[in-house]
Amino acid sequence: MSITYLEAIREAQARALADDPRVFIYGQDVGAFGGAFKATKNLAKEFPGRVLDAPISEDAMVGAAVGAAIEGMRPIVEMQFADFSTPGLNQILNQAATLFWRTQVPCPITIRLPSGGTSGGGPFHSQSMEAVYAHYPGLIVMTPATAEDAYSMLLEAVAIDDPVIFCEHKHLYYHCKAERLPTEAMPVGKARIARAGRDLTIVAYSAMVQDSLAAADELAGEGQQIEVVDLRSIKPLDTDTVVASVARTGRLLCVGEAWPWGGVTAEVIARVATEGFGLLDAPPQRLNSKDTPIPYHPNLWTVHRPTVRSIAAAARNLLRM
Amino acid sequence: MLQTLESQEALEAALSFRERFLRGFRFMVLARLLDDKMASLYRGGKIHGGVFLGRGQEALSVSLGLSLQKDDIFAPLIRDGAGRLAFGEPVLDAVRTYLGSVLGPMRGRDGNVHRGRPRRGLLPMISHLGAMISVVNGMLMARRFKKISGDVGAVCIGDGGTSTGAFHEALNQAAVEKLPLVLVVANNQFAYSTPNSRQFACEALVDKALGYGVTGHQLDGTSLEACLTTLPKAISDARAGRGPQLVVAELLRLCGHGEHDDAHYVGAGLKASPVGRDCLQVAEEHLWRKGWADSQTTKRFRQEAAQLVEETVAKVQREPAPDPFQQNWCALASRHLSERFETYPPVNPL
Repeated sequence: MSITYLEAIREAQARALADDPRVFIYGQDVGAFGGAFKATKNLAKEFPGRVLDAPISEDAMVGAAVGAAIEGMRPIVEMQFADFSTPGLNQILNQAATLFWRTQVPCPITIRLPSGGTSGGGPFHSQSMEAVYAHYPGLIVMTPATAEDAYSMLLEAVAIDDPVIFCEHKHLYYHCKAERLPTEAMPVGKARIARAGRDLTIVAYSAMVQDSLAAADELAGEGQQIEVVDLRSIKPLDTDTVVASVARTGRLLCVGEAWPWGGVTAEVIARVATEGFGLLDAPPQRLNSKDTPIPYHPNLWTVHRPTVRSIAAAARNLLRM
Repeated sequence: MLQTLESQEALEAALSFRERFLRGFRFMVLARLLDDKMASLYRGGKIHGGVFLGRGQEALSVSLGLSLQKDDIFAPLIRDGAGRLAFGEPVLDAVRTYLGSVLGPMRGRDGNVHRGRPRRGLLPMISHLGAMISVVNGMLMARRFKKISGDVGAVCIGDGGTSTGAFHEALNQAAVEKLPLVLVVANNQFAYSTPNSRQFACEALVDKALGYGVTGHQLDGTSLEACLTTLPKAISDARAGRGPQLVVAELLRLCGHGEHDDAHYVGAGLKASPVGRDCLQVAEEHLWRKGWADSQTTKRFRQEAAQLVEETVAKVQREPAPDPFQQNWCALASRHLSERFETYPPVNPL
């Protein structure tokens, strides 16, 4: 028996609802319909009155979640797509993220963002928003790459006393599976060595971890031992694990599905360059999507974002430096 | 006059109205004098940032604050000093926040009108207009989850705020959820310098109530008598489960947007019109006319309020400012998840 990444998210929410009466789910079509991706399938039936359909009002959805959190609740907000979190951006950045700093009243809300590209999604159903949220103080940003992490990190997101942006990758929903739900997990803020190696470090997160692992498999056939670091959360970002890996390999390639300007890959390279410059045997490299809106047609989309082939090619280039 | 009243209940109601009117008037006086003092401190360079006055809106604001109960929720806007005081916010909280005292509710991290105590139902507004409405909705939804009934949430906004998407989303949300929300719109004719004619095209803002499926109330915001009649009605209707109430008061902002703004764009005709009346003066004349207080009494109210303001300012001016070296520079409640971004080389910001 196996469980998909999407089922893991559904199961984590079911458990959060069962374990904690303060938890409720609020979002568009999350009730009887079970959510656009079925991440809340049957939850409205299992937990009557606690899984609420929202009007198409992302600003008001997040605002209401903040208000409920002030009253001691632990709401989970489902955005139908990460892209649609932008109408709620004001409440996330200016209300939720500033509340504790301003008032010392915690704001324990979890906002789930179905993120990243799937073929045919186009410019407004494919975005990766994590860097925008990580830029703002007062938010935690999680980017699980495995079904196990999707489950355990979502449970931790609900338990944390701060607003959590939970970036769950749509491609992983069905393609990523676990044998069973985990019973224990690494703490949030700790990166994972997804694959050990000694020749080059790839730092990735979310779906790019899986593609990087596939690229590492390909390079193993060429005699290269690639280490893959799964950041798990990008804020906080586990600099220690990244630098320790670079200390072992001397080479760093950062891979992210988001746009390149000022994003997570830039942040990782900045940290390694400032804190571990002497550990590098070659200039640190990064690979991101192209700096354009995300295209619709599969021919365009598949080369817009990093792929197993382009990751492997970037790694080969870096190994030659 | 009292003999003409039909019953003992009506007599008690009249007495109660007189007492509420007097209480409301005293809070209005206190708010006006507190505003004047803050403006004076601003002009003297003692307040950083801005000062935003409630002049001309005290009758509306105080009537809301006075009509709410202890466990209700109140999200005031920038001109609701009178309502805050009536709801229970101490003068000390206002002065400490304006002067940035480390002992204030915001401890120097936020200032002026951005103050509150969320756990006591008084929300600290963010600057983005309309954003507080859905927060109050969420608090009311939470109370419903917790099986707490009978509480009301009140939010204040201006004519300009009704143009925001947040206003639309949140009022619709409150209507869908049938929440006990009272949304009070102070139509003070200008959003900063933008007049109503460039803000909305409907004949009256209260007409919007119909579109949202909520009850609308319209009133003369310069009349404390009218405000103390309409606000309690709207609040009791919300409390009784009749859904959101949209209250629109017509009045004029008798000052600039902030103390940096001389409001030169407000025409003389508008100032001389009924909405241009000073609600404080109108209320005082009402007191005299009804015989509920004479000029000596209202003078004494002013003296007592002025003394409270002066003493509070003197106290706060002796309090410590925030110390950047003692500051906990952590934006998270989960301190263990906070990242450290060091500044190299370390510098003394003072």
